[in-house]
Amino acid sequence: MALYDTRRRRNQLAIGLAIAATVFGLTWLVLILAVLLWEGFSGLTLAVFTEMTPPPGSAGGLLNPIMGSLVMTFIAVLIGTPLGILAGTYMAEYGRYDKLTTVVRFINDILLSAPSIVIGLFIYEVMVVQMGHFSGWAGAVALAVIVVPVVVRTTEDMLTLVPDTLREAAASIGLPRSLMIQKVAYRAARAGMVTGVLLAGARISGETAPLLFTALNNQFWSTDMNAPVASLPVVIFQFALSPYDDWQQLAWTGALIITMAVLALSIIARILAAQRKTS
Amino acid sequence: MSVASFTTPTPTAAGSPASAEGLTDKVSVRDLDFFYGDNRALKNINVSLYLNKVTAFIGPSGCGKSTLLRVLNRMYDLYPNQRAAGYVTMDSTDILSPSQDLNLLRAKVGMVFQKPTPFPMTIYENIAFGIRLYERLSKSELDDRVKHCLERAALWDEVKDKMNANGLSLSGGQQQRLCIARTVAVQPEVILFDEPCSALDPISTAKIEELIDELKEDYTIAIVTHNMQQAARVSDFTAFMYLGELVEFGETTTIFTSPSDRRTQDYITGRFG
Repeated sequence: MALYDTRRRRNQLAIGLAIAATVFGLTWLVLILAVLLWEGFSGLTLAVFTEMTPPPGSAGGLLNPIMGSLVMTFIAVLIGTPLGILAGTYMAEYGRYDKLTTVVRFINDILLSAPSIVIGLFIYEVMVVQMGHFSGWAGAVALAVIVVPVVVRTTEDMLTLVPDTLREAAASIGLPRSLMIQKVAYRAARAGMVTGVLLAGARISGETAPLLFTALNNQFWSTDMNAPVASLPVVIFQFALSPYDDWQQLAWTGALIITMAVLALSIIARILAAQRKTS
Repeated sequence: MSVASFTTPTPTAAGSPASAEGLTDKVSVRDLDFFYGDNRALKNINVSLYLNKVTAFIGPSGCGKSTLLRVLNRMYDLYPNQRAAGYVTMDSTDILSPSQDLNLLRAKVGMVFQKPTPFPMTIYENIAFGIRLYERLSKSELDDRVKHCLERAALWDEVKDKMNANGLSLSGGQQQRLCIARTVAVQPEVILFDEPCSALDPISTAKIEELIDELKEDYTIAIVTHNMQQAARVSDFTAFMYLGELVEFGETTTIFTSPSDRRTQDYITGRFG
C-alpha cells in the first residue's frame, strides 16, 4: 500500500505542476489580449477603415496599410500555394521513397524555421537592389517565401495520412497516378490542405521583418505594386515607436485588427479540420 | 454481359468437372519468385486461374497468398524494392513484361480489398468515375451502367434513393459491395478478392459469398481467405500455400476431403495456422 500511496502522491504532484504551468502560460496570453482589446477598442472607429494614415497631430485611419496587407498577403498566398502544393505532392506521392524527398524535407524544415528577417534581406538583395526601389511585389514575394514551406509541410503531411489502401483501390480500377492524386488523394486530404493554406495566410499577415526591407511603407493610398506599399505590421512598428499619442493609438487599433483577422482565419481552419475528422 | 441468375451458395465443387480437362487457363503463373528487397516471399509458384472458375488461396498468415494476388495485377509496382521473377501470362500475354501498360492491366484485373475502400465521393461517382476513364457515354447510358453495376453487386435496392450520399456513409458490408460494383464497372475479366469478408459480419459475408458465386458466370475469380469454410463454400479450385511455397493445388473437394500433402491435411483440420 505504501508503494501505491507514493505513486498516488507523485501523480497528484505531477497534475498540480501541469495545471500551474497551464495557468501561468494562459495568464500572460489573457493579459496580452486584454490590454490589446482595452487599448485597441477605444480607437476603433469607422475612420480607421476609411481614411489614410495621418501625419502626426491630425486625424486619420489605417485604410492604406489594411489594403496593402490584404493585397500583399493575398498575392503571397497565390504565389506560395501552388508551389507548396506541387512540392508537397511530389514528396508524398511521386518521390515518397526517394533520397531527394528526404533532402527537400530537411531543407524545407530549415526554411520553415528561418528567421523572417533573413528572408527579408534575401529578397532585398535579389529584388529590391536589382529593381532599384522598394515595391509591393518584393513584399509579396518575401511573404510567399514564408508561405511555401508551411504549405509544403501540411500538403505532405495530409497526403501521407491518406491511407495506401485508397491509392491501391484507385490503381486497381486502372486509374493513372496523376488522376489518382487529383481525384482521390486531394479529395481525401482537401480539408487539411486548405487548413494549411489558411494558417500560412494567418502566419504572414503578422510578419513585419520581411516587409521592412521590401515593401517598406507608404503614407498615401497606392495600389501600385511596383511602388512601396504600406502594411499593417510595418505601420504598427513605425507608429508604436513614435512619440505621438495619436499614432500610438492607431498602432494599438492596427494590432487589434490583425489579431482579429488571424483569429478568424484560425477559427475557419479549426472548423475545416473538424470537418475532416467527421467526414 | 449476361445478368447471372440468383443462386444460393452451395458447395460449388459438386458442380465442377471431375478433372482439369476442358478448362481454359485465364491466368497462368509459372516459376514465379517474388522478392521484398532480399527477402524471397514466393518460391517457384506454379498455378492457374481457370476461366469462369473461383480459385481460393488459403494458408497461414505470411504464407504469401496476398503477395501472389498482388502480382496478378502488378499492384506491387506501386512500391520500391519489390520485384517478381518468372512468368505470369493472361490470355498468353506476359503481364510481368516491363512494356505491359499497368493501367490497362489493372482495368482488366480488378481487385477488392480486405478493408472496404470507397472513394471520398458520392455513391454514384464511385461507380461512374471508373466508367468514364475508359468509355465516353451519354448521361442516360452512364446512369444505366451505374444502375446495372450496383444491381450486379446486389446493392441497388439499398442505395437507389441516396445516390448522392457519400460512399463513406454506408455500412461496412454495403461499402464492400460498392467496391465490388466499382470493380465490375470498368468491365474487368479477372477479379481478385483479398480477404474481402474479414472485416464484415456474417450476414454481409454471406451476401458477398453469394455475389462471388454469381460473378463467376462472367469473370474469372481469385480469392484469398483465412476462412476455410469460406474457401470450401465459394471456390471450385483451392491452392494451399505455406511459407512462400504452393504446397497443393487442386479441385476444392479434393483438397478438403483427400489432400495429398501432410501439411495441407494439418492446416485444413486446424492443427496449425
